[in-house]
Amino acid sequence: MSATTTVTPVVQGVNLVKTFGRVVALDGADLELYPGEVLAVVGDNGAGKSSLIKCFSGAHIPDSGEMLINGKKVEFKSTSEARRHGVETVFQTLAVAPALDIASNLYLGREERKPGVMGAVFRTLDKKRMRADSAQHLKDLGISTLQNITQAVETLSGGQRQAVAVARAVAFGSQVIILDEPTAALGVNESARVLKMIQDLRDRGLSVILISHNMPQVFEVADRIHVARLGKRAGVVTPKSHSMNDVVAIMTGAMKVTAEEQQLTPVN
Amino acid sequence: MSTATTSNLTEEFHERRTPLQRLQGVLHKYPYLSPLIVLVVAVVIFYLLNDRFLLPQNISFVTQQTVVVGTLAIAQTLIILTAGIDLSIGAATTLAQMAMANLAVYTTASNVLPIAGQNPYVAIFIGILVGVLTGVINGFLIVRLSLPPFIVTLGTLSVFTALTLILFKARTIQKPEMPEVMQWLGNTFQIGEFQLLYGVVMMLILYAIFGYILKNTAWGLHVYAVGDDPNAAELSGISTKRVIFSVYVVAGLIVGIAAWLTIGRVGSASPNPDPLLNLDTITAVVIGGTSLFGGRGTILGTLIGALIITVVQNGLSLAGLDQAYRVLAIGILVIIAVATDQWIRKVKA
Repeated sequence: MSATTTVTPVVQGVNLVKTFGRVVALDGADLELYPGEVLAVVGDNGAGKSSLIKCFSGAHIPDSGEMLINGKKVEFKSTSEARRHGVETVFQTLAVAPALDIASNLYLGREERKPGVMGAVFRTLDKKRMRADSAQHLKDLGISTLQNITQAVETLSGGQRQAVAVARAVAFGSQVIILDEPTAALGVNESARVLKMIQDLRDRGLSVILISHNMPQVFEVADRIHVARLGKRAGVVTPKSHSMNDVVAIMTGAMKVTAEEQQLTPVN
Repeated sequence: MSTATTSNLTEEFHERRTPLQRLQGVLHKYPYLSPLIVLVVAVVIFYLLNDRFLLPQNISFVTQQTVVVGTLAIAQTLIILTAGIDLSIGAATTLAQMAMANLAVYTTASNVLPIAGQNPYVAIFIGILVGVLTGVINGFLIVRLSLPPFIVTLGTLSVFTALTLILFKARTIQKPEMPEVMQWLGNTFQIGEFQLLYGVVMMLILYAIFGYILKNTAWGLHVYAVGDDPNAAELSGISTKRVIFSVYVVAGLIVGIAAWLTIGRVGSASPNPDPLLNLDTITAVVIGGTSLFGGRGTILGTLIGALIITVVQNGLSLAGLDQAYRVLAIGILVIIAVATDQWIRKVKA
């Protein structure tokens, strides 16, 4: 089981450093995400989880260190560049425009244009196609509560908005999906639906990074748990090798992860 | 149960919605409806007060009076949609207009601009470029230096006004001096009993173009997204700075066209801007249902808003009332419009 496999990580971060003025958010952080796994990233407030994933989503540019996608070095200067490499993010704020409708939000920043001169020169939108495709994407995700694709996002409930943000990430058939606290604002039923969806994504062969404070949820869906502490990686464990209390202890520094306990390779 | 089988609403919606909430929902979806109602009511009232109000001559007159504010209000709408504001729009128009008129009328010897005058087409072209340049300056200061649009345009309001007076020596250029092309947009043509300005046609074409652009192009969508939630727009991969800059430049282009139009409409070119022009454009946009907080509104609403301003002005004078009532009425309308906007924004599922 623990034989060293030579699987290339889909997403890899090596010695990432990110500072904001005098605040050191990332202090040489590493991360590996393997194909078809759910990697949970946990840590106390200020441990650098959000900064870490924001580097991979293109929202932050690391000061130093390397990022690799499928073993190739990349540099993301914007979220669009990350998206082009197949890394989609559902931000904690959801990053949806409330006054725009569902279809417009799904395609925001990468609209489908009409064929020919109108699309190429005048950037005319192909609204019909975007609406039809959006409806299909939502249906594929099993989100049946959203019936009208031309409804403004601000008229939706919190869970429905979340669904729009997730649908946007999933719709583009990308290889990596990063979810930042996807259940923080949701009720019990809605949370369960999101967790189910995370498992579905993994079953479809996508790799998922899940940032969460909610230990039971992390233990329910994660294959491996990356524990961030003080801008570094304190260790990577699995739900089988460690208990929730252990993980909290690692988060706070009360417990160290030994080299043989580390799970730096994918679990089968 | 409601008889309207609005298939586009989810079932949850039908359950607990009072008529008031339904109204809120409709106004949310069609933001130009409330100004349209105001316009219709105003027209009916003014017609009852004086039946000359709906005579073709008077309607023609109303369209002529709307043309300058109406055109500039397109620029103001684009800017306000991005949650910005342009206080310099009147001063910029005057600057562009004076550049245009001076270039057309004076020769190099008496002209501050080192280009030989007398060719009105070149003058119009350069005047429009001056308008674009004012937009570039505003956009640069707002985007590059990250200054708030209110402060930047408050500053450029003074700068453009001063530049006009310094460069063009406070000289008003009278109608007989001006070449015919310069005044072309102020010429009228007859449709039935209506006397329409070419300028009005120009304005309506601009409304159609920008209505289409805002609704149907990626740029238009991004203008809304940037004003709605700049962080979300940025995280969605939209370059918010580029969008905002482009909006001010496009607004500058409209200012340039409005400068040409103003010469036609007024007949002369005066270095003193109409002091009400700035506020009238903002008023037209706000009464037209566009939110000062950005991200929502329509170009059609702005046209209705601009018409409301002129209709109220014209109707009150036909009814023999003092212009102070116009100021009063417009003031009340602005407050109602903003209050309605706040209420509509609270629409929830």
